[in-house]
Amino acid sequence: MSDRVDLEEPQVGDFQLPRAPGGGPVIQEPLWRIRLRLFRKALRRNWALFAKNKIGLVGLGIIIAFALAALAHPILMDRVWDPAIYDPVRGYDAPRTEFLVVENGTVEDPTSEIDHATARLKTTPFVKVGETISIPSQPAPPSDSHWLGTDPLGRDILSQLMYSTRAAFLLGAIAAFVTVLIATTVGSIAAYFGGWIDSLLMRFADLVLLVPLIPILIVISSLFTLTLPLLGVLIGILSGFGGTAIVLKSQALSVSVKPFIDAARVAGGSNAHIIFRHIIPNVLPLSFLYMMFTVTEAIALEATLSFLGLMNVQMSWGLMINVAHSSGYLLSGTSYWWLLIPAGMAVTLLAAAFFLAGRAMDEVVNPRLRRR
Amino acid sequence: MTKFISKRLVQMVILFAIFLTILFFLLEAQPGDLSQQYIGNPDIPPEEKARLAARLGLDQPLWGRYAAYMRNFFTGNMGVALSQYPTSVSSLILAALPRTIVLFLSATVLAYYLGFVTGKVLAWRRGKATEYLLTLGGVGLYTIFYPWFALLMIWFFGFTLSGWLGFTVFPINKFIDAPEWTGSPFTTNAVFMRMILVATLALFVASVITLLARRRLELPQAIRVRNWSFLAAVIFPFVYFWISPMRKYAGDILHHTILPVGTLTLVAFAGIMLLTRSSMLETLREDYILTARAKGLSEKAIRDRHAARNALLPVVTSLVLALAFVIGGGIITETVFSWPGIGLLLFQAVLLEDIPLAMGTLSIIAVLALLGHLIADIIYVYLDPRIRYQ
Repeated sequence: MSDRVDLEEPQVGDFQLPRAPGGGPVIQEPLWRIRLRLFRKALRRNWALFAKNKIGLVGLGIIIAFALAALAHPILMDRVWDPAIYDPVRGYDAPRTEFLVVENGTVEDPTSEIDHATARLKTTPFVKVGETISIPSQPAPPSDSHWLGTDPLGRDILSQLMYSTRAAFLLGAIAAFVTVLIATTVGSIAAYFGGWIDSLLMRFADLVLLVPLIPILIVISSLFTLTLPLLGVLIGILSGFGGTAIVLKSQALSVSVKPFIDAARVAGGSNAHIIFRHIIPNVLPLSFLYMMFTVTEAIALEATLSFLGLMNVQMSWGLMINVAHSSGYLLSGTSYWWLLIPAGMAVTLLAAAFFLAGRAMDEVVNPRLRRR
Repeated sequence: MTKFISKRLVQMVILFAIFLTILFFLLEAQPGDLSQQYIGNPDIPPEEKARLAARLGLDQPLWGRYAAYMRNFFTGNMGVALSQYPTSVSSLILAALPRTIVLFLSATVLAYYLGFVTGKVLAWRRGKATEYLLTLGGVGLYTIFYPWFALLMIWFFGFTLSGWLGFTVFPINKFIDAPEWTGSPFTTNAVFMRMILVATLALFVASVITLLARRRLELPQAIRVRNWSFLAAVIFPFVYFWISPMRKYAGDILHHTILPVGTLTLVAFAGIMLLTRSSMLETLREDYILTARAKGLSEKAIRDRHAARNALLPVVTSLVLALAFVIGGGIITETVFSWPGIGLLLFQAVLLEDIPLAMGTLSIIAVLALLGHLIADIIYVYLDPRIRYQ
């Protein structure tokens, strides 16, 4: 006689089990522990499915790498980096390059060929032939103290990149949370009640879906001060009432016709109880999937808006590109690669990582997609 | 069919009215109102401020302002652009509209055609190296940070390539090369409208010929007629402008058009290619493909006439989503390339805090999105007989 009921292998007709007066098996294990065990089992099974998709694993790896970078930034600022130099917004450092003056008005430089040095020299006419002068250069190329160089204002690119990662995650989290909150509620309510509530909510979803996000957000930026949390909430609302709500409604519709919903209704469950305890938990896996896609969208939108200079943020990937672009370094191409490439790659990589991880999750959530 | 379209049209007008209402209340929700722009100026006396508020209709109650707003919009009066004073918003929008429509339309059509053809071939070559490479490239293009990609395109095609080759391969931005146009007998929009007209007419004639050929001729002949007529439709505008006095100016506009349209097409193309590929892979598992194989049809016939036809439906459904993508991307394209369309107008209006212009352009963008939605619906009905015969 075991006092643990093995839920993983239920044995039909096992008369060894102790019986309650009513006839059902007595389960002496607390319910939460059973739930935890089931959850862990489901997690293990889903992870096995997820891990089959190698591209999804790559996406997850990239997300983790970015998360580590975001976590490392405050520690680095606190322990290693001098805030006066490495602060992503207010830091300043211009590595000085030594030049030997060979004749009046020109310099000799063995390593780099900086054209503007001659122009600078003309403004300091006091130097004599044979002296060395040092000229601060910004944007400075990558060096030991600045692994990715500095931007046109003498700020460390790597520090900016890592700082912006935190902002991207924060924005993504807010947008995804608000989206899921609204979309699951709207979808479940529309599916459960049907009728005019359904058509009202769905027509509204059509409207939101119809109008592209970028122009709306551009106009909103002119009416209100667009900060990062506000943008996250706005993206969450617009995407939560729009496409995501439509997808989740169809999922909720297939749940709301299941027998257990009728059973709950017969047992006297209120509408709110049925929606929040029975329908929403069954829609949640799919909504987690749409969370991933919302994060992709949010990151790209924020970068676009700050690239256009419409966001009220101190530092973000889009703003880094904006600074490089507005300072006229766009057509300098590969000679100033550290101004444009790292920030653009960061946006692309993180957005792509969430997209790929979402695609892999799709195969876990949608059994239809597995193994073509 | 007409019943369906009229029903959709009524729905769209209602949707648009709701959209305008939301826009109006968004405008009302901003801190202060339009006259606030002049409050800070100490040279304006209070009575003049009151007169200004009365002229802008700000002294009326909320309901009155709302009624005036809706009435004005539906009578085509969108107010005066504050940043370009006596010019009206509608005239600015009207001037920019053709350029935006051409950008959106040509990018969408090109992206759909190329994406569908490539996706179709890609699914057919499952497991080959080309499939992996193109899929990977497609995912890369699909998720790339679009403004950055546009900048890279400008840098490479507009600047570096021109430097290597020693002539301007593509101009880096703008719609025309202004010095070329000094003393020109034509206005920009006149030349541009003529270009649109000629190209549209040529494509229309080719479509009619194709349709007639489908009805009258055998299949292989009909396909040959279609190919030749569309080839002629593409060549005809070039010949027309080559012999017309607008040659130089039309060439200049075309020169400036290729890079923005190409960039937008490339990004929209990636999503459609990936979607067609997965839709094709799903279709290929159907029984009727097995039947077609068993009948001994050629691979090309199975691919094009049995699989691709059915794989097209989900791709057309995605037209609505792609439309939002193209409109959003188009606005970024216009901003990055300084392409003087609706998107650039919106962006400049926002930078100069020109609220009437911003609201007007946003409404027109919504109208474009609604019209695109309608066209997508009509195409869907045309393609799926199950809806047509309902």
